[in-house]
Amino acid sequence: MSYVIEGKTGSWEIVVGLEVHAQVVSKSKLFSGASTTFGAEPNSQVSLIDAAFPGMLPVINKECVVQAVRTGLGLNARINLESRFDRKNYFYADLPQGYQISQFAHPIVGEGTIEIELSSGETRKIGITRLHMEQDAGKLIHDQDPTKSMVDLNRAGVALMEIVSEPDIREPEEAGAYLRKLRQILRYLGTCDGNMEEGSMRADVNVSVRKAGEPFRTRCEIKNVNSIRFVMQAIEVEAARQVEIWENGGEVDQETRLFDAARGETRTMRSKEDAHDYRYFPDPDLLPLVIEQGWVDALKAALPELPDAKRTRFQSDYGIPFYDAGVLVAEQSVADFYETIAKGRDGKLAVSWVTGDLFAALNRTGKTIETSPVSAEALGKMLDLIADGTINGKIAKEVFEDMVETGEGPDAIVEKKGLRQVTDTGVIDAAIDAVMAKNADKVTEYRSGKDKLFGFFVGQVMKETKGKANPALVNDALKAKLDG
Amino acid sequence: MSLDLATTRRIAKLARIGLEDAELETVRQKLDGILGWVDQLSEVDVEGVPPMVGTETEALRQRDDAVTDGNCRDAILSCAPEKSGPFYTVPKVVE
Repeated sequence: MSYVIEGKTGSWEIVVGLEVHAQVVSKSKLFSGASTTFGAEPNSQVSLIDAAFPGMLPVINKECVVQAVRTGLGLNARINLESRFDRKNYFYADLPQGYQISQFAHPIVGEGTIEIELSSGETRKIGITRLHMEQDAGKLIHDQDPTKSMVDLNRAGVALMEIVSEPDIREPEEAGAYLRKLRQILRYLGTCDGNMEEGSMRADVNVSVRKAGEPFRTRCEIKNVNSIRFVMQAIEVEAARQVEIWENGGEVDQETRLFDAARGETRTMRSKEDAHDYRYFPDPDLLPLVIEQGWVDALKAALPELPDAKRTRFQSDYGIPFYDAGVLVAEQSVADFYETIAKGRDGKLAVSWVTGDLFAALNRTGKTIETSPVSAEALGKMLDLIADGTINGKIAKEVFEDMVETGEGPDAIVEKKGLRQVTDTGVIDAAIDAVMAKNADKVTEYRSGKDKLFGFFVGQVMKETKGKANPALVNDALKAKLDG
Repeated sequence: MSLDLATTRRIAKLARIGLEDAELETVRQKLDGILGWVDQLSEVDVEGVPPMVGTETEALRQRDDAVTDGNCRDAILSCAPEKSGPFYTVPKVVE
């Protein structure tokens, strides 16, 4: 089921590669000791190095190297024990140095792979070409003055990882799945918070189109797309634009474009016309970065369990389906929450409560798993009450809603509201007798062959006992009495 | 190797250096001279010799991840050609 664009001259397929800029989680910047905290007063987190004062020398932040290597390991990628820093030269108001320190010919991380899952349930491997470290630029603010742009350098010099994929993506959906999976891995590793709204993860999208079996045609790069949805939209509209050009006998120019979400189109980014000649050269202020295999191995041994491994383990440890396991591991906090409940309990029952009632309650109350009004321990306790027969599944829903509302523990709620399950067969028999007496006509119908009425009787008996009767006991007793 | 005028103009443009047409040939000759001088290096046979990245023998110095700098906005902005409040300002650049 691949994505094709039907043109006048036949079907076109799309070829997409993504360059993701992921801001490294670190306290201070890549080459200076200024803070990286988001949202500070403009220009308050800028050192003389970040502002490119003459004579200032960069010193690399060890933690950023650790984070880049850990990310590489999480992407099953080759770690290069020697890498180098180069200057990428261009002029722009957000780049005080006049060059970005980046890694061009010798990145710290080489080829790797990410496995993505599509809505069809199919999985695909997308190749990673490389990951390198570089400096982020500052921020320009255009809406404060009619003739001036304001420059805030707080972000200038913050460490980025540029993660480049192979042109393996063939559908907008795959691009979305790739970004979600990459973000998941980064968040599990704690190397990038993956927050696209705050700009800590941004994507440049390379798009070209071709007829099946052809070599690659000219591609365009769409810069700085800041949401997964926009990436998917940008690919669609850009591919359609290119198909139209080719089909009208034109040539697609290799260029940098911007995605305008409001208009749903891409357009040329004029200022970058000359920018492809970056005149890279080795940064004379920085020696090659040399790391040891033993150090890399130690980082690898200390990596947390990543989403794919966790998913497989959840399936086998807790006997839950592939799909459910995928929902749980999408966020590490959800996976942890689930595991606290599921450990030593019925894993399937636990997943249905977490992804069903709990998610619904969080949605309704505008809370997240971190701020959940019901703790994992409390929900686990409630499952214990179901398991030991203190309450039945129906009453459990009521107890749960009460927990959401009051934050009280399930024991307290059951006691306070007298919700303990009725297992006294005398009480259940009495309830059945009462229901049968009230519905003599239905009893007759049932006995003359209308079996479907059984459900009706169960419902009435549960109602009679205010939902507290043990359903299995009710079933047995009811069957005996009706048939008898 | 000989540098042509078009390339000279392009290099100047990339470096944001404005050159009058009258100056162009002089600059071309000077640059060409520098390139020719450096190009003598290509006479050396380096077959099988690994590229040298510097004369330093020490490894790249690394620092701990701690906030030790910043919070010096006034000092930084004091050198700005143009500023407004907490910002540097530049002629409007909008895509």
